[in-house]
Amino acid sequence: MTKTPKNAFTRRGLLKSIGAGAGVAAATNFMPDVARFAHAQSAGPIKVGFQMHATGIGASYGRWYDRTTQAAAKRINDMGGINGRELEIVTEDDGTDPKRGAEVVEKFATQHNCDIAFGTLFSHVVYGSAPRAGELKIPYFVVSEGHHVASGKLNRYTLQPGITDVKSQVQAMAPFVSENLGKKITMIYPDFAFGHDHRDYFTAAIEAQGGEVVASIPIPPTETSFTKYFPNIPRETEVLYHVMVGPGVLTFVKELGEFFGDQGPQLFGFIDSLEAVSFGSPGLEFLEGSYFWEGNPRHVQADQSEHDKMYRAAVGVNEMGASVDDPKDVSTYAHMFGCWETLNIVKAGMEAAGYAGPDDRAALIEAVEAMTDMPHSDDHPQGHKVFNGKTHQTFGHQYISKVTDGKLMVQHTTSVEDGMYEDEVDYTTMSF
Amino acid sequence: MSDTKRSHLLHLGVIAVLFALFFVLPAYHVGNLSRIMVLAVYAMGFNLLFGYTGLLSLGHALFFATGMYGLGMAMNSFGIAAEPALLIGLICAVVMAAVVGFLALRTSGVAFMIVTLMFAQAGYLTILYFGAYTRGDEGFVIPQPDRMIAGIDITGETARYFAALILFAVVFLLIAHVVRSPFGRTLVAIRENEERTRMLGYDTDRHKLKAVILSGTISGLAGAAYALLFGYAGATFATVQYSIFPLLWVLLGGAGTTLGPIIGVAFMFYLIDLSSSVTQAYMLIAGVVLVLLTLFAPQGLAGELRRRVMRWLP
Repeated sequence: MTKTPKNAFTRRGLLKSIGAGAGVAAATNFMPDVARFAHAQSAGPIKVGFQMHATGIGASYGRWYDRTTQAAAKRINDMGGINGRELEIVTEDDGTDPKRGAEVVEKFATQHNCDIAFGTLFSHVVYGSAPRAGELKIPYFVVSEGHHVASGKLNRYTLQPGITDVKSQVQAMAPFVSENLGKKITMIYPDFAFGHDHRDYFTAAIEAQGGEVVASIPIPPTETSFTKYFPNIPRETEVLYHVMVGPGVLTFVKELGEFFGDQGPQLFGFIDSLEAVSFGSPGLEFLEGSYFWEGNPRHVQADQSEHDKMYRAAVGVNEMGASVDDPKDVSTYAHMFGCWETLNIVKAGMEAAGYAGPDDRAALIEAVEAMTDMPHSDDHPQGHKVFNGKTHQTFGHQYISKVTDGKLMVQHTTSVEDGMYEDEVDYTTMSF
Repeated sequence: MSDTKRSHLLHLGVIAVLFALFFVLPAYHVGNLSRIMVLAVYAMGFNLLFGYTGLLSLGHALFFATGMYGLGMAMNSFGIAAEPALLIGLICAVVMAAVVGFLALRTSGVAFMIVTLMFAQAGYLTILYFGAYTRGDEGFVIPQPDRMIAGIDITGETARYFAALILFAVVFLLIAHVVRSPFGRTLVAIRENEERTRMLGYDTDRHKLKAVILSGTISGLAGAAYALLFGYAGATFATVQYSIFPLLWVLLGGAGTTLGPIIGVAFMFYLIDLSSSVTQAYMLIAGVVLVLLTLFAPQGLAGELRRRVMRWLP
């Protein structure tokens, strides 16, 4: 029995080929995303493991960190992805818990095969997770504002390029407080590491300005009622510096108002106390005229930049800093820009390093370490920054706002240099 | 085959399976199992007191954290090497367990639960109060280069796994031996009927104190090992949540069984891990599963196994 060889160029086959070719061309024209990631389908997406505080004490921050991250990823993908590959966000809840945080980093590295881990806010989760990131050799980009990275206590795989740290923030603001509000300061802070950092760094910074902390009042973390601490505020106090976080914040602020009414000292607070809380909340009226640090101005300012306009629209935040879909859902605007900017830095770093996969992780870190100036732009809508590759920490502007008619109006913007301090570590000398 | 022989085979078999799993499991699960084995040591310590002696402590996080900070601060604040630091962690746990046991055992029942809970809360607040040394809630990292035992870097996946396995195996076999020893039998007798045990001439107070010390020491050893293997010590591990975890693990796995702790920890770990991949309301799923297990397997998984199939299970 003999077989008749098939002709490779039959009429029907040719028509099929032409039809298929036309179909692909049409799809490429009409579905630009498919074409954009044509390479991505062969090489796979760049996977960013997003360590999200979806539950636990950090949940209100986590919700907005997530929205910002998704918006940043969408923008990056709309612009063509990273090195022509789609950016995929792989989200895992860490429960705002350091043990689970470390487990999540492991999951990113060994199960999801993520290229990097990213997005952690709470310092204890960063501390708990960073050792595993270093051991698993996965770049870990945190958005925490803790001084942990620049203090040299972590490792070469942990970086904080998208948000300034607390030491820098308080140092930058001390001159304004001293010159405009008063030189005798009483500090009220939570009695744990975050509060202690404020106490230590601000005390040093205000003394350098000729001011003085006349009393430090730590509040135990389990406290639910605060009025009993207020009589400890010395009469000579000119400025009351408050920085509280956690579920008791609203009670704290209300009781502070009930205690002082309109007779108290100048109030200077960290917006951390009122992130995700509306200034229209009952009991907060007494904050009128008080001052706050903001990492990024929540309420739209008269001189709003085009970059902030774009960023605000992309994330879905209205001019009062709340969700455009639900005006009662107030954002964590002073912090969440860090996610947006960090992802853009990751993109720039991967492109500079020619990042192709996990083998290039060290090259990615070296590329980010080589960065310095980060101009105010759509990639950096909060403002100009200077990254210090040795300490893995970025430096930028801080905003001091006054509550005026229920809105936070920026009174002073610090310079980038105001927040700079001596290097405490040189991570670039550590091996990978 | 005698029950003793079966028990020996079972315990050695579990260790052999854990040894073999290293070679067949994907990297992610190897990492998880390292963690599960260390936490199972914690649960075994708790089980000795709760499952075998009938004393429900709600403050075991204190012992876990004591071992963790004993080792961590010895290494971080005083630059002591890992091996002596481990010993220091262990000694701290022994002392803490002896003090807590001595005081808390003056109470019984609900009062014992409350007193242990309060001791743990005092321990947690002490860690926060001395934040200048402990770094409070933030905790601190134990640097990777310092985490060496007998010249072996235990931060690698292989060394970490086998270090966790050795720790688990030693404690697992120790507990298996203890619960079958006259001391262990007396603890079970105290659990079943303390008055009768005392009438039979046993010094139940001394036995209970020994049980608290042994239980606290094993839990402290787990805390020290956790800090050493995973490079972090923090006040979170001293919170009430970490006192409740071993109770859940042991209840799920089977209180008063040697296998219960490892089964409970593994079950709970993967329940959280898998359900969190499905929904953010994963604690709801975990809660429903726990309620169902409590309703339909009140003696825990290993307890049910013993009730239905393997009556000789220790």
